Amino acid sequence: MALMRAAKDGWMDGVIAAAGADPRVVLLDADISRSVGAGRFADAFPSRYFQLGICEQDMVGHAAGLALAGRVPFVESYAVFAAGRAWEQIRTTVCHMGLGVKIGGAHAGLSAGPDGATHQALEDIELMRVLPGMTVLVPSDAPQAEACALLAARLDGPCYVRFGRNPVPVLHETVPEVVPGGAEVLETGEDVLLIGAGVMAGACAEAGRILAGSGVRASVVNAYSIKPLAGEIICSLARGCGGVVVACDCQRTGGLFGAVAEALAVRCPRLMASVCVEDRFGASGDPAGLLASLGLTAERIALEANALLNRRRTGD
Amino acid sequence: MDQGSGDFRDLQSIAATVRMDALRSICSAGSGHPGGSLSCVEILVHLYFARMRIRPDEPEWSGRDRFVLSKGHACPALYAVLARRGYFDPAELSTLRAPGSRLQGHPDMRLLPGLDCSTGSLGQGFSVAAGLARGLACGPASQPSCPRVYCLLGDGELQEGCIWETAATAAAARLSNLVAVVDCNGLQLEGPIDGIKPVGSLSRRWLEFGWHPLEADGHSFGSLEAALDEACSCGLPSVVLARTVKGKGVSFMEGIAEWHGRCPGPEELRDALRELEKGLRWP
Repeated sequence: MALMRAAKDGWMDGVIAAAGADPRVVLLDADISRSVGAGRFADAFPSRYFQLGICEQDMVGHAAGLALAGRVPFVESYAVFAAGRAWEQIRTTVCHMGLGVKIGGAHAGLSAGPDGATHQALEDIELMRVLPGMTVLVPSDAPQAEACALLAARLDGPCYVRFGRNPVPVLHETVPEVVPGGAEVLETGEDVLLIGAGVMAGACAEAGRILAGSGVRASVVNAYSIKPLAGEIICSLARGCGGVVVACDCQRTGGLFGAVAEALAVRCPRLMASVCVEDRFGASGDPAGLLASLGLTAERIALEANALLNRRRTGD
Repeated sequence: MDQGSGDFRDLQSIAATVRMDALRSICSAGSGHPGGSLSCVEILVHLYFARMRIRPDEPEWSGRDRFVLSKGHACPALYAVLARRGYFDPAELSTLRAPGSRLQGHPDMRLLPGLDCSTGSLGQGFSVAAGLARGLACGPASQPSCPRVYCLLGDGELQEGCIWETAATAAAARLSNLVAVVDCNGLQLEGPIDGIKPVGSLSRRWLEFGWHPLEADGHSFGSLEAALDEACSCGLPSVVLARTVKGKGVSFMEGIAEWHGRCPGPEELRDALRELEKGLRWP
């Protein structure tokens, strides 16, 4: 049984470590400290923790002001509100000035589970990805979330880090190295390329094992840096193979699928398939059940990979 | 006329120059916002020529007071004030809104030294100002060395909901080095504010949000000085509600909402400048 831990806990470990290393780091919270464990930060750095109450738009603007005053502000809210409600503040105030505001999107994807559609951020990646100068990181587990928080603190510009609420398998034994535009190549195989991020990176790895059982050799990539995307790595792996399956717990349009499609379209077009959310909202349910009901599973990734290979074989 | 005992003739002359600069630059651009630029001229001149601790020859000086033009569309007036205060050559004012210009249609701090914040999307500048005030706070508000943050808002801008998020945030944090000034010209793009969304007593509203509200004649340097003196010493986030006239100084623009975003034609500019020139002469 794999060790299970929520990515949000890794994120908070990273923010606390960043604050320990850099006295400029401050944390702003919009009434979700209990949800993300920000109490640990508040205990360690009481004068650098600001609870602003329920006001995501003001929190982002406030963080921009703190950045102008020389601080390194982290803000956190549920991803729906951090990326959605405060989007124009992030665009016009943070990104246009190129300010180093670090945005934590909590309870992202379907990890908000029972809270239902209103709280399930399936559009945050795309909303953040279109913004000039924004770095978008989607760690796959707690150690990588910690690494992403530490990376965010080191970046000069704005950064969005997306992470889930529920415990998920820990894929990394230690805090891995992450860089903007980086990706983890988990497997290499010349038949098909599987690309996932967040909770779906592990599903891609599992799909690779399923495919291996039937003799299909898959490359598997954890594309934790969605912007900038690891275009070189992805293209070099895609070039030799029969198709690319992209899996992410976000809308297909504009999310990781969109990012990969954009990169491949101009460099090395390949047949592609999406294992993402197809233009619909979620609903209440446990996260694993929701992923299954929306077809976001390792089995479906393997199925789509085989379908791509069949299409290639038949020239369809 | 100005009240109080001070001699404000220099400032009045600067204000007239700034009005002329602002209108000329808008006409060079062929577009812009004359009404709300003219209504806030005395406020800006007071801040930049009589109040703020700044070093125009060292715009990034860390100890400076900051200014955020939350009603960013009034930037023709701010640009003119910055130029006349020595941040850049007034000749550059004619490049307003032109391709490659540092004088963007709304303020861009990355381009123009002297700007402390980019603004333009109403409501957002105020939020940044509060964050700046927290970031610059250095102990008790009464500490004279602590940089202050001044933020100019429009009264129409107060319709943005996030303004009141910020008002609550600043009050809860007791950001006493934050001073807001509201340019209460009573008009928004579409017409009278009270006809679109009446605000009732602004003073009471700010008071209930935990601020120290003050009222002033926004075209009187004496009145602005008295209100801002109190605002800077009261130990609370404070707001000066400055009564102003939209289009102030140009008779055919005064109090007319149409001049919110209309560029004067050549003859209108000539007539406006002729009126404003009178303000250059000391009585």
